[in-house]
Amino acid sequence: MLVGNNYYIPPAFESIATATGTGSSGTITFSSIPSGYKHLQIRSIATSSSSYGMIRFNSDSSSNYVSHFLYGDGSSASATGLTGLTSLYGPRADNSTYFSVGIVDILDFDSSTKYKTIRVLTGQDSNGSGLIMVNSGLWLSTSAITSITINTQSGNWATTAQFALYGIKEL
Amino acid sequence: MAAGATYEPIATTTLTSAQQTITFSSIPSTYTDLRLVIVAMATSGTIDTWLYMNNDTETNYSSTRLSGEGTTASSARITTSSQPYDTNLASISTLPCLITHDIFSYAGSTNKTWLTTVSMDKNGSGVVHRYVKLWRSTSAINRLDYTAATATTFAIGTTATLYGIKAA
Repeated sequence: MLVGNNYYIPPAFESIATATGTGSSGTITFSSIPSGYKHLQIRSIATSSSSYGMIRFNSDSSSNYVSHFLYGDGSSASATGLTGLTSLYGPRADNSTYFSVGIVDILDFDSSTKYKTIRVLTGQDSNGSGLIMVNSGLWLSTSAITSITINTQSGNWATTAQFALYGIKEL
Repeated sequence: MAAGATYEPIATTTLTSAQQTITFSSIPSTYTDLRLVIVAMATSGTIDTWLYMNNDTETNYSSTRLSGEGTTASSARITTSSQPYDTNLASISTLPCLITHDIFSYAGSTNKTWLTTVSMDKNGSGVVHRYVKLWRSTSAINRLDYTAATATTFAIGTTATLYGIKAA
């Protein structure tokens, strides 16, 4: 650092890739995810004929996923937990005039010694209906995550559905 | 895959005097999402706070809320409202309230949806709120006003920082 200048702080939050719905596919894929980050974040704004985007890592379609939810529908709050899932509940993706949004944090994604934990904040409001949800998810695998797919539960992603993948660095 | 640094601070403010409204104007349209981070205190009592888009104070807002207050969880909704509500802020300057707003596709031509988190603990009481909110407007957002209810103010030391996040 030169005298009089501020310290240089390397950027810690980087855009890795984006993906957009095609209207003819129910799958969004991020592949060849680079290492060099500590955590990942997916930010989404989407509509589909589904209720949720379902997240799968490294194309693992076995029953290796677990989720716990806390959600509110505007009148009551509820919680539940599910085991033996074949994918994780991710961002909302309601079929609505008004978009669903979501933030998915994937922690320690390239660890080769830990199972992978995610947290999700997602919701959709239609001025009279809607849902807000927080949930955690666990992938029972110690493999580093190199690809992520986000599938609709049925139907296709609308062409207006947008997903952005970010990497978060550590010093 | 391309990689580019993002999550850039656009503007920040730290109050040096009590103030009812914190305004971010002339927000550039060059980002994908906005993130507003507020560490807020009230000058007295508790205050209601609202986040207005483009200074629109008409009944174009709605939200769905999930809350926990130490003993129970609850959910509630507002519709067709002019008050995009966050929370009752505490008046204690040593126990600030952390509020985040993630505003998606803010420069786009669709209705605007955003996520709000409110975290406030007062050592014996407190709240945690999560909201999804809707502004029924297709206008690009170029101004945000974070406002305390009439006749109340944010205390000295309240901070607010607006970040821009740009997708590849």
